[in-house]
Amino acid sequence: MIFTIAARELRSLFLSPLAWAVLAVVQFILAYLFLSQVDTYLIWQPRLAAIEGAPGISDIIIAPLLADAAIVLLLVTPLMTMRVLSEERRNRTLSLLFSAPVSMTEIIIGKYLGILGFFLIMLGMLTLMPLALLTGTDLDLGKLAAGLLGLTLLLAAFSAIGLFMSALTEQPTIAAISTFGLLLLLWIIDWAGNSEGQASDLFAYLSMLRHYQTLLKGLFHSTDVFYYLLIIVLFIGLSIRRLDADRLSH
Amino acid sequence: MQKEVLVHVEHLYRYYGHTCAVKDVSFALAKGEVLGFLGPNGAGKSSTMQMITGNLAPSAGRIAVHGIDLLDSPKRAKTEIGYLPEQPPVYRELTVDEYLSYCARLNRIARGRRDQAIRTAKERCGLGDVGRRLIGNLSKGYQQRVGIAQSIIHTPAVVILDEPTVGLDPIQIREIRALVRELGADHGIILSTHILPEVQTTCSRVQIIHQGQLVFADSITGLEQRLNASSLIAAFHAAPDLDTLQQLPGVGTAETLADGRVRIHYRDTDPSEALIEQAVSNHWRLYELAPERRTLEQIFIELTCSEPAANAPGEAA
Repeated sequence: MIFTIAARELRSLFLSPLAWAVLAVVQFILAYLFLSQVDTYLIWQPRLAAIEGAPGISDIIIAPLLADAAIVLLLVTPLMTMRVLSEERRNRTLSLLFSAPVSMTEIIIGKYLGILGFFLIMLGMLTLMPLALLTGTDLDLGKLAAGLLGLTLLLAAFSAIGLFMSALTEQPTIAAISTFGLLLLLWIIDWAGNSEGQASDLFAYLSMLRHYQTLLKGLFHSTDVFYYLLIIVLFIGLSIRRLDADRLSH
Repeated sequence: MQKEVLVHVEHLYRYYGHTCAVKDVSFALAKGEVLGFLGPNGAGKSSTMQMITGNLAPSAGRIAVHGIDLLDSPKRAKTEIGYLPEQPPVYRELTVDEYLSYCARLNRIARGRRDQAIRTAKERCGLGDVGRRLIGNLSKGYQQRVGIAQSIIHTPAVVILDEPTVGLDPIQIREIRALVRELGADHGIILSTHILPEVQTTCSRVQIIHQGQLVFADSITGLEQRLNASSLIAAFHAAPDLDTLQQLPGVGTAETLADGRVRIHYRDTDPSEALIEQAVSNHWRLYELAPERRTLEQIFIELTCSEPAANAPGEAA
């Protein structure tokens, strides 16, 4: 049942031009960034060869690419998640799901997996770029895997937040702007953590960027993974409660 | 023989903040019945229907569908319900076939029976030749039919239709009514509407809801009796005094209408025969005599424009 809802969601995404446009634009921008990183590497290569223990191709090309991809996706996620529930509510199609024998949890998780499916497609296309380097050189596949895991978790967390924001409102644009606001806040919250103070540790922990950066370095800490899982579970749980509240009061 | 009860609603309440939208509504729907739900805007029709379909949680009360409590085991109860809200819940970007297939899946129809279910639903709703078209490109009438097809695709015991004929042209309205009657044979149907004659032509029972309370509940035959007149319309070429008419046995009051006819109200016994005898012997030259039938509309207005009538089933607790 969950997969029925997820499949419908994914299909509807691709029936609108938005999904195609987003895929194309993101791919184009990331390809440009990727090429410019390759260019940088080619310039630095002679000098790097002279240094003992110099950063390798994975550090110079892949890590910055994934870091930039996170920023691009932070801008794109609100666009993809904004309609997932708000539009159903607006078009009054939610009652189809409410009167079908499915639970709120199934509805929300189905919707979530639909969105996630879209981002996994995007991630797959992105991964092809670094993998293309394999034809000419060796890559640190462990680092690449850690980075991709980081980006996947990040996207999963973004989507959960977007889903919740979409559950809050009837207006897709409101959902988009509030998703964007919250994501950006969680992204930059550790800027306050740079200054000395009691709260700085907490802010640093809350920052999505911090946890992502360690994964980009190839360091797999269970705390980072746990952080993202926590966000995902929290916002999915909140979305389920919010949707249930639709039934309880208006 | 007692008919199988499909929906059982007991003491249903629904509050929105401090306003009470549905107040102590109780009724039952048996198999083979088409229950017409009437009421002015904002009377609580839609709220009641949303509660029966699980779209809205009741503040108090019990709902059982086919013997299954909706609040205790919503999933099982919902397999027995088909619901068409006021606005058909269709995805405009899907084709009719895709949409119905999605609905079939949502309602857990087994893979093997899915195609058959879709075909039957399409056939019943006259959607045979639009299966491959986008729902967004269909006319309002066809979208409404897709909505109905969606509600009957899993052959639920109960079909709940919220104003199914709104926005349709007269031919489509007739078709939908015929469809509702046909469905009524083997499902239980609850239908809400503003259109009063629709109730008389399609429903087997009528309920009028006003300010959240049931103010009238009767079968169509019971209703017909209530509609039967307590007045006559007569026309004479040589009309007698109204006083003379009022002297007739059983006659209450008489009044002259704008077109020269006379309306005669009576209480218990029908004074037609006495009137005819008198007319013949006194040469009033009676040329028209007809019992005046009240319309459902009059009953409706009587019930909903005044205080809730005394015949409301169940007193507020």
